[in-house]
Amino acid sequence: MYEAIRAHGEETYPHECCGALLGRHGEDGWQVVDAIKAGNTRTDSAHNRYNIAPIELVRIQRSAREKGLEIAGFYHSHPDHPAQWSPTDFAEAHWLGCSYVITSVAKGKATVTNSFLLAGKTEEDKRFEQETIHVENAPGEPTDQALQEITSTKDQR
Amino acid sequence: MTIYIPTPLRTYAGGKDAIEIGAATISEALNSLTNEYPELRKHLFTNEGKVRAFVNLYLNDEDVRYLPEKENSQVSGKDTLSIIPSIAGGCETVREA
Repeated sequence: MYEAIRAHGEETYPHECCGALLGRHGEDGWQVVDAIKAGNTRTDSAHNRYNIAPIELVRIQRSAREKGLEIAGFYHSHPDHPAQWSPTDFAEAHWLGCSYVITSVAKGKATVTNSFLLAGKTEEDKRFEQETIHVENAPGEPTDQALQEITSTKDQR
Repeated sequence: MTIYIPTPLRTYAGGKDAIEIGAATISEALNSLTNEYPELRKHLFTNEGKVRAFVNLYLNDEDVRYLPEKENSQVSGKDTLSIIPSIAGGCETVREA
């Protein structure tokens, strides 16, 4: 799944990709078990902006609930830009407590992937905190077909 | 009707992802919801009492902004109201690492 997120960024290059992460919240942060691709509605400026249609989010939220999962966060790509949040990312981030995963795609190839927790209790005190991404294979599954899990934990550095 | 609460707001709604509310209109349902869970109010509404710009409300699969009666639309017990904060961004301008 981790590689699928990165591959999505390569597929849509030079445009930004986007999608949702489904999972469960544990003591160590989010355990993400599924990633749902979404369409980028910003066709006017898809190389440097993304937007997920709210109706798609409604359906993703419904699907998550049916699977006993929560929306843990979202991912998108930065074509030919660093895997760091931008002022636009911050201004448009409203899912407090959720993870925002960003993959840098340089000349069509996924390079760095970072995750940022949108911390804080309100819009007024929100902030991004970088998280560590742990990529795991599901126990007992062959590596090449394994369902990979991402566990995001707050970076203690 | 059933109101679906998004992940970030569940902590202000008793940890619930869905809440049953008896109401005749969307507006009435939101009033009942925020009366029961007052901490939700500032996350959903501006100081002037309007729904925050980044908060999307969907009655079943319809955007409430585009319903003829908007938040005064009638609802029944089978209806669902999804609260969905918007998702957008992009690398238009990038902060240096």
